[in-house]
Amino acid sequence: MITAKNLSKRYARTVAVDGISFDVAKGQIVGFLGPNGAGKTTTMRILTCFLPPSNGSATVAGFDVLEQPLEVKKRIGYLPESPPIYPEMETDEYLKFVGQLKGLSGADLQKRVDYVAERCAIADVRKKLLGKLSKGYRQRVGLAQAIIHNPDVLILDEPTAGLDPKQINETRDLIKGLAGDHTIILSTHILSEVEQTCEQVIIINKGKLVATDSVRNLQARARGEESVLLEVAGRNGALDVAKVQQRLQQITGVGGVVLKNQLDSRAVFEIEGHRGQLVRGDLARAVVEAGWDLNELRPAAMSLEEVFLQLTGSETQAEATGAKGVPA
Amino acid sequence: MRNTWIICRKELGSYFVSPVAYFLLTMFAVVFGFFFWASLGYFVVASLEMQMQGRMFPLNLNEQVIRPLLQNASVIGLFLIPMITMRLFAEEKRTGTIELLATSPVRDLEIIVGKWLAAMMLYACLLIFTALNFAFLFKYGNPDWKPMLIAYLGLLLQAGALLAIGTFISTLTKNQIIAGAATFGIALLMFVLGWVGEYESATWARVLSYLSVNTHLESFNRGVLNSKDAIFYLSMIFVGLFLTARSLESLRWRS
Repeated sequence: MITAKNLSKRYARTVAVDGISFDVAKGQIVGFLGPNGAGKTTTMRILTCFLPPSNGSATVAGFDVLEQPLEVKKRIGYLPESPPIYPEMETDEYLKFVGQLKGLSGADLQKRVDYVAERCAIADVRKKLLGKLSKGYRQRVGLAQAIIHNPDVLILDEPTAGLDPKQINETRDLIKGLAGDHTIILSTHILSEVEQTCEQVIIINKGKLVATDSVRNLQARARGEESVLLEVAGRNGALDVAKVQQRLQQITGVGGVVLKNQLDSRAVFEIEGHRGQLVRGDLARAVVEAGWDLNELRPAAMSLEEVFLQLTGSETQAEATGAKGVPA
Repeated sequence: MRNTWIICRKELGSYFVSPVAYFLLTMFAVVFGFFFWASLGYFVVASLEMQMQGRMFPLNLNEQVIRPLLQNASVIGLFLIPMITMRLFAEEKRTGTIELLATSPVRDLEIIVGKWLAAMMLYACLLIFTALNFAFLFKYGNPDWKPMLIAYLGLLLQAGALLAIGTFISTLTKNQIIAGAATFGIALLMFVLGWVGEYESATWARVLSYLSVNTHLESFNRGVLNSKDAIFYLSMIFVGLFLTARSLESLRWRS
């Protein structure tokens, strides 16, 4: 549905997007992930024909963004970072205006306005001035505006930014509900959002593509070897850390034991295990049999957050993982 | 065409929902009302004096009252035109709604003409106030309405040119004040460019005075429909809107 080939955008002095290529299949929700200033907004603006690329090409629904912008624009709904609302307009009036801009008219227009107002839960503010709406409502009006003409492709730039947790959940559910009929790209720097809403993720940093994969694969890949976090406490108020470390090291399947944290008689260790060989029960038994208390034992599975930091963290790291992350 | 009308209606809505339109209309009505009152008062006194002196020199309402007043209307317009155009694009750029327009299946030209048309309509509303004043002249006197129509056409054409330039300037900045001040400065300059032609007859002076938006109003104001002057205004409108289109396009390449 969306194809970007070697997309670049240079401004006078900076390179905002540097040779990004990706594909998005029909009906997918794709998370566009990157720290602030990574080039997410610029890429989205290129896809929506707001900005022309300096290099490379992009097609949306089979139409080139440079050659046939009007055709592309008919097929996309776009929610920019701050919802593009006119504060002096009423919600209904605004939705009608946008609908007309997108080519709707008459009974069709009215039907769509009713539908999106219902769908985006803004039915109770339809007669209110947009300037008087709260941030959450404005965001939803922005979303309603984007889907008013039932576009094939939805491009949402940080759709949950600035919302409270309840609104974030509602917006996510709304976006997920839209997935069937629309192909959706949403940008965000909040990782849990991608984990919860998206099937596919495209990570960019400093204008470059770092990784593109399914959320599940990314998590699995980043996990690498199995590791476990273990908190041990001494029974009589003292704990010989070195001794614990030594004991743990002797257990089969343990690769390395690193002291992560120590507070009075408690200590947290991260245990690197060889894949498939580490038995957590052995760890627990060893600790208890040695006369210590076992406070906590949990897998140190990497969240997408850590994957992200690992991928975008430092320049060299990003490039190293980037090399294997980008499919040839 | 349809899109132009959608944009135009939305702009008119913005003018009339916010206090902008009412403020401009009030200002214009008050100032023009004063001009009308003062000028008519002078005319009445002058006619009485003429009668007392026994001179039967006929004083003409069109010549003595309407013509100078419509000339003045264009000067008041000069002050209000920047306030009409300054927000057209500057505000959309500041609030980001320009992204909505630019990513909708609408051509740049349709957006530009729609906004310019809305500005024209607001200006035409201002002119209605002059007509309301003149209505009294028709009740108590007997002015000729045909030259007035031509004079109104001239005013609209002149405003069209200045509004087109103002629209262009509004695309250059996010700041409404800057857009307004720049428009006012340029419009004022274009108003008075004709002055150089009065003492200098070299080619450059004639070119400058040709470019003056005021010199071309004279024929209209006298009730003469001069195609040269009409073409001047029409080409100014064209240039202004063309520059706006270029500027919008370059905005995308630069931003």
